[in-house]
Amino acid sequence: MSGDPLSNPPILIADQVTRRFGGLVAVSKVDFTIPEGSIVSLIGPNGAGKTTFFNVLLGVIDPSDGAVEFKGRRMIARPERLGYESLVWLLPALLVGLLTFALTEAGVLEGRFLALAGLLVLMLLIGSLLLSIIRPVWYQKQLVRLGIFRSARPNDMVEAGVGRTFQNIRLFKNMTAVENILVGQHVKLKGNLVDALFNTRRAQAEEERAERRAEDLLALVGLSGKGNEIARNLPYGDQRRLEIARALASDPKLLLLDEPAAGMNPKETMNLVSLISKLRSDLGLTILLIEHDMKVVMGISDRVTVLDHGEKISEGTPDEVRRDPRVIEAYLGAPAV
Amino acid sequence: MSAVTELPTRNPLKPAGRQRLREVSSRHRSLSIMVGIAIVGAVLPVLVFFPPFTLAQPTNAWIDGFTNAGVFVLLALGLNLVVGVAGLLDLGYAAFFAIGAYTYAYVLSPFGNSIIGIPIVQTLGSEGAGFLFWPMLLVGALVAATFGILLGAPTLRLRGDYLAIVTLGFGEIVPIVFLNSDLVTNGTNGIGGLSRPSLPIIGGFSAINPWPYYITMLVLVAVVMMLCYRLIESRLGRAWEAIREDELAAAANGINTVVAKLLAFALGASTAGIAGVFNASKLVTVSPDQFTFIVSFTVLAMVVLGGMGNFWGVAVGAFVIYTINNVLLKSLNQFFDATGIPILKDIDFIQLQFLLYGLALVAMMLLRPEGLFPNSRRQRELHTDVTLPEQDELGTAEGTTEEGQR
Repeated sequence: MSGDPLSNPPILIADQVTRRFGGLVAVSKVDFTIPEGSIVSLIGPNGAGKTTFFNVLLGVIDPSDGAVEFKGRRMIARPERLGYESLVWLLPALLVGLLTFALTEAGVLEGRFLALAGLLVLMLLIGSLLLSIIRPVWYQKQLVRLGIFRSARPNDMVEAGVGRTFQNIRLFKNMTAVENILVGQHVKLKGNLVDALFNTRRAQAEEERAERRAEDLLALVGLSGKGNEIARNLPYGDQRRLEIARALASDPKLLLLDEPAAGMNPKETMNLVSLISKLRSDLGLTILLIEHDMKVVMGISDRVTVLDHGEKISEGTPDEVRRDPRVIEAYLGAPAV
Repeated sequence: MSAVTELPTRNPLKPAGRQRLREVSSRHRSLSIMVGIAIVGAVLPVLVFFPPFTLAQPTNAWIDGFTNAGVFVLLALGLNLVVGVAGLLDLGYAAFFAIGAYTYAYVLSPFGNSIIGIPIVQTLGSEGAGFLFWPMLLVGALVAATFGILLGAPTLRLRGDYLAIVTLGFGEIVPIVFLNSDLVTNGTNGIGGLSRPSLPIIGGFSAINPWPYYITMLVLVAVVMMLCYRLIESRLGRAWEAIREDELAAAANGINTVVAKLLAFALGASTAGIAGVFNASKLVTVSPDQFTFIVSFTVLAMVVLGGMGNFWGVAVGAFVIYTINNVLLKSLNQFFDATGIPILKDIDFIQLQFLLYGLALVAMMLLRPEGLFPNSRRQRELHTDVTLPEQDELGTAEGTTEEGQR
């Protein structure tokens, strides 16, 4: 990566993203790109639509309009032609059913095959229903080929390479730190049902590797030796760090941090800032921050975007944004004349 | 994995020997389960040769009773996967039990064969057909799992109470369908004349000798418990626990919550399917009244009383409750009739069964909500007051200063 990270090609492109809740427009036509290897921030006063925008990017909320592209693949947009999908998964069962019916009527097949055919139809129905619920990647691709599009779900985004943390820490509080990170590695582990039931050697080796990696990640965020602590017993700052470690466990390319410094004291905040810059320099991560704490934002961001009332009102380097009169107005109110 | 869940320093008060036993058993989980079940399976029959037990009923009746209790242990283990581990409240669990039993009935009874149009029992003879019992365990599990998925699919978006109501409905629908589809299920009378299992050397099982069934049940319980433990210690088990704790966070960590929940339903149902096949082969008849809501409720009570999430606890809970229901209450009646204590001898304890249930459940929820033998994580969930808030804040302050100095 050379010089200015902002000149790198974008890893994520949000195009005219809009989200309406009834009459309220929470996010309105926001264009937003994140260049690879950069740290960009999203700030704005309370209720500006930051978290809504964030949730749209992650597939938690569907956008009312607009689209999100990640690593060149369109992940999130309004669903298209969803009605046809049910046709697609009814079709095989319908075909088999009609075919056997026709053959029996024509006298080619004996009557007792009808029961077997019925069973086959049922299995096909169940199978296609399951496919549409589970939505494996290849199925999704076939659908796109047919012009049917459904937004990615949060777990699809994680699989594609996006990690996140939450504004109010959402660790698995009754699990230990290591177990939390093991859950975070879910998409990286391949063990399936058969591995689990027969405890195959492959699964054992994988579990061991996963545990070692969990220890490494704990060391990376400065929690080494606390792997066996129950998450809820960790001090607040450590819980934040653990959440970051858990998000890193899925080997994301892009890390979205929702107010990581919320509720931290100045010392913890300083540590966090150095951790975030370390993540970029050591792991080559791209990071999107949502933050209230100006010290954090101004210190490490390559670019800052300001949202107010759901609209992007300013974008630029921290210095530019700080001097922008519209930003000052949004935060402090219009100057009295 | 096990080394992570059980931290040696967490229980400094526990005697070292017990600690060691626990460590060894979690390292060699499958072996320890087999040994454990073998010991229990050997001790129980010996126990019932001696006085207080022989008074209640003859030894063979005891062994038969233990086998029936085993059916409920299987059911409780399966329901524990759904309710205790994945946190999906399922009130219609008996439906899968019924589906397993009827699957067996269709394949291995003259009536069932006439419905499906393949004369299996006629061609193989009754003892020959009995060999099919063993593959039928798997088939029953598969069929029940399919229905588990069918029930799971529409309920994926539901949680808590709503899920409970839908599963309750499913649990009612299945026996009623079996009851009312007279032509194919023989209605109220059910399907009779099912084949009993057979094995190469000992031949067909019989109603007189309870031992083959007893041994089979021990093996089934050991295998199912082993598989359950392997499941919860795998990637999938962690996903279930994550979903139970925080579904949104689980999804944000890449867990496909839809698949994980469906698998929980399917695997829980398949265990019930196995129990259903076994039970059908033992009773030699299936009828809709064996699978009423009472069964679902009893199994749920077993899981709750035994300790949700802990498979050994649940197994013990199921065993104890079944034995109390079917032996203790009866012998209490006999005992008080014999001794002639004024008021007690007029009470029919079997009629009081559900009153006692209710009392036990209420007492349990008040005194020990995590069950008799709780899962350590469940216990933490229910006793959040272990870490006091002041302590937490102090801890935070200390943690930060240390970190600053470093």
